[in-house]
Amino acid sequence: MSRPKALVNRLSHLFLPLFVLVLLIIINLIKGADYFSITMVNGAFYGNIPNMLFGASELVILSIGMTLVTAASRGQDISIGEIGAITSAVFVWYVLKAGDVTLLTILVGFFISCVAGLVLGAFNGTLVSFFKVQPMVATLILFLGGRSIAFMIDGKVSPILANEISNKIGTVIPGVPIQTPIILTAIFIAIVAVVLKTTNLRLYVESVGINPSAVRLNGIDPKRIIFLTFLIMGVCSAVAGFIAVNKAGRHDSVNLLKFIMMDAILAVALGGNSLGGGKFSITGSIIGAYTIEMLNRTLLRLEVNPEAIKAFKAVFIILLMVIASPVVRVLVTKFLDKAKTFLPRYSQRQPGGLSNAGVSLTDTTGKKEE
Amino acid sequence: MLSEIILKMEGINKSFPGVRALHNVDFVLRKGEIHALMGENGAGKSTLIKVLTGVYEKDAGQIMLDGRPVHFKSPQEALGMGIGTVFQEIALCPNLTVAENMFIGRSRDKFVHWKEMNAKAEQMLSSLGIPASPTQELSSCSIAVQQMVSIARAIDMDCKILILDEPTSSLDEDEVQKLFALMRELKARGVGIIFITHFIDQVYEISDTITVLRNGELIGEYETAKLPQIELISKMMGKALSDVSAIEKQEKPKSESSAPVFEATGLSSAAGVRPFDFTIEKGEVNGFAGLLGSGRSESVRAIFAADKVTGGEVKINGTKVKLKTPLHAMKMGIGYLPEDRKHDGIIGELSVRDNIILALQVMKGFFKPLSRKQAEDFADEYIQKLGIKTPSMNTPIESLSGGNQQKVVLARWLLTNPMYLILDEPTRGIDVGTKVEIQKLVLKLAEGGMSLTFISSELDEMLRVCSRLIVMKDRAIVGELSGVHLTEQDAMQMIAQGGN
Repeated sequence: MSRPKALVNRLSHLFLPLFVLVLLIIINLIKGADYFSITMVNGAFYGNIPNMLFGASELVILSIGMTLVTAASRGQDISIGEIGAITSAVFVWYVLKAGDVTLLTILVGFFISCVAGLVLGAFNGTLVSFFKVQPMVATLILFLGGRSIAFMIDGKVSPILANEISNKIGTVIPGVPIQTPIILTAIFIAIVAVVLKTTNLRLYVESVGINPSAVRLNGIDPKRIIFLTFLIMGVCSAVAGFIAVNKAGRHDSVNLLKFIMMDAILAVALGGNSLGGGKFSITGSIIGAYTIEMLNRTLLRLEVNPEAIKAFKAVFIILLMVIASPVVRVLVTKFLDKAKTFLPRYSQRQPGGLSNAGVSLTDTTGKKEE
Repeated sequence: MLSEIILKMEGINKSFPGVRALHNVDFVLRKGEIHALMGENGAGKSTLIKVLTGVYEKDAGQIMLDGRPVHFKSPQEALGMGIGTVFQEIALCPNLTVAENMFIGRSRDKFVHWKEMNAKAEQMLSSLGIPASPTQELSSCSIAVQQMVSIARAIDMDCKILILDEPTSSLDEDEVQKLFALMRELKARGVGIIFITHFIDQVYEISDTITVLRNGELIGEYETAKLPQIELISKMMGKALSDVSAIEKQEKPKSESSAPVFEATGLSSAAGVRPFDFTIEKGEVNGFAGLLGSGRSESVRAIFAADKVTGGEVKINGTKVKLKTPLHAMKMGIGYLPEDRKHDGIIGELSVRDNIILALQVMKGFFKPLSRKQAEDFADEYIQKLGIKTPSMNTPIESLSGGNQQKVVLARWLLTNPMYLILDEPTRGIDVGTKVEIQKLVLKLAEGGMSLTFISSELDEMLRVCSRLIVMKDRAIVGELSGVHLTEQDAMQMIAQGGN
């Protein structure tokens, strides 16, 4: 019995994001049964689902970095959109300067923008880990100044990225049925999975987030690990910036990835991660990111007034967070316990039926059994 | 001491789930008396204070203040009746002024009358002889003055009783003297002071009366002048537990070669232990004895480079090494099980498995993770070897009992196969059965050639396990005991007299 049960325990944190995802799909299907329909245009798939995957690319990548930063530093990086704006400005600057655009130019430009991301991540990481500035305060600096820096790199215009390769990266490569950003995101997720498999990143980051003092006595330097997560965040921001600017075809330093950190933080929370650090689930965050994108598109599909979309989103999130809060869990458990004592016959007839329902709503399944 | 009794606590009982914290404890405080409340960790000192000040509800017993029975529901209520408390950590706001700190949350008025407040503070500070100005920012005062301000805050104009819980632990000698001057001033005014500390010398310097608690029971009340230090210490530590017989006295492992595995000269650290010399041989078990706060933990932390090493020379297997970080010490074959299991030992939310492999994994390096199979095998092996009771190796360690948590942390270090293992209070707060198991394990490891340092608050436990005791007092080594001198009597004698 232990194997499947252990698996259930391990996946219990995915309950919330998956629940929301399913809920949104149901809402969409009610609105129109053609929700899953996919059409082929010029040899590539389009439709609600591919568009959702396409739209969420940057958010997914950023939420991975945000998960790591949150887990280790017990705080959030609010400058990710701005870092993405700067690194993509560097990328555009290099590509336009090169004149003749080849695949090599793009790759070198991408590489340079990643280095810029590392430098900016190191800046945030130094403030947080070595100078012990609160993550949100430390990253506030780049949040405020980042877009001005990007604007200066742009040379005070919105440079246009009019070349064949950028277009392919931002949309589709002829002959490949899946839109390129989706592929890039998948590759990125695969790389992250490999890194988690071949290094101790998870063990170190989780330990540092849970008990930095104990970790130090076991030979891990918490400062370095926190610094490392900010470096990774910098690279994630650079990749997201790269995808975003190629999608847009021009570098708009004012609006590129604007306020995306809010969605990234929300994705982390939605994925069942504690914003207070410690154990993390990147799978949860990824599902959370796609859920947020789907929520945006669902509201559009339901023809909610564009001005009112944000308010609807806010209400939806409030409901979610209240449902998922420990207070409600305790109340539900209590209620179910009471129901059980009031309906002894019912619970006898269906042994475990009620208690199972109670447990599945809580995350404490493991503890309950001892 | 025949002066008037201001506080009388009789037959106080207090239990927490599974623990009886106080059992029929009586306590009496007289006017103008400095009364030291003594006992080792877990003796019930804090519980008694918390029952008195209304933090905890007592299960049974009576508290009489000035002959009238009282029942406080909160520390505020106690303060209103003239009982002020200063806790160990300074609980003030460093960025506010001295006067603000003294009166914050005190006024019944909705508005602050600044002038009046500052004038009142000025008056109080000068009457108590505290060298601070009311409008000065608190953070600009020395720690001692901050401590005094918190005392000034605790005592109202009509204060009758002042409780000081470890007020001197963060003060240097000069500052302690200033604090004592203030205490004497209050004593002269007729305030009764309850003084809790781990520094024996300070007790003898300032207190009139000593009450000793042990395991939640009253051992007795004594006049300080008539109680020799050695008796006080033996009363605090108590007799050997009855589980002593569980381990038969065995031949203490002796090393064939006299070459030390670890050797330190003049070692000192940023944690404030005085420079000390230390050696340990292969297969030897030694221990640091002394009361809490005597510098035992600071010494072993210096050996493991857990605190910044500020001076001294270290030789490992005869080669000179400069240990900089715990990782460095680990790679040189040293393991360290810290005193505070919850804060420094376990990684609470992580599984038993991850907690077991942590140190080994860190030594292997960031890019060489153990496979899941390897990790599970190691965890399985040690769960069986040490008899760790856990529903599964995936259970978060925080949901295990204290003894089993300790075994997991022990397993973590055994897995790294250290040459020299330091165990700081490995048996604190765990049940008797596990205690004995750990003691046996220590002896077995030493037989296998491992060197160990074993620290415990229970002297008899150390006498059973260690072949050499290094005795510490007030953050310095005062002597060493081995062979025929390895007795409770000699150890206590040395703790009491050493250093002076």
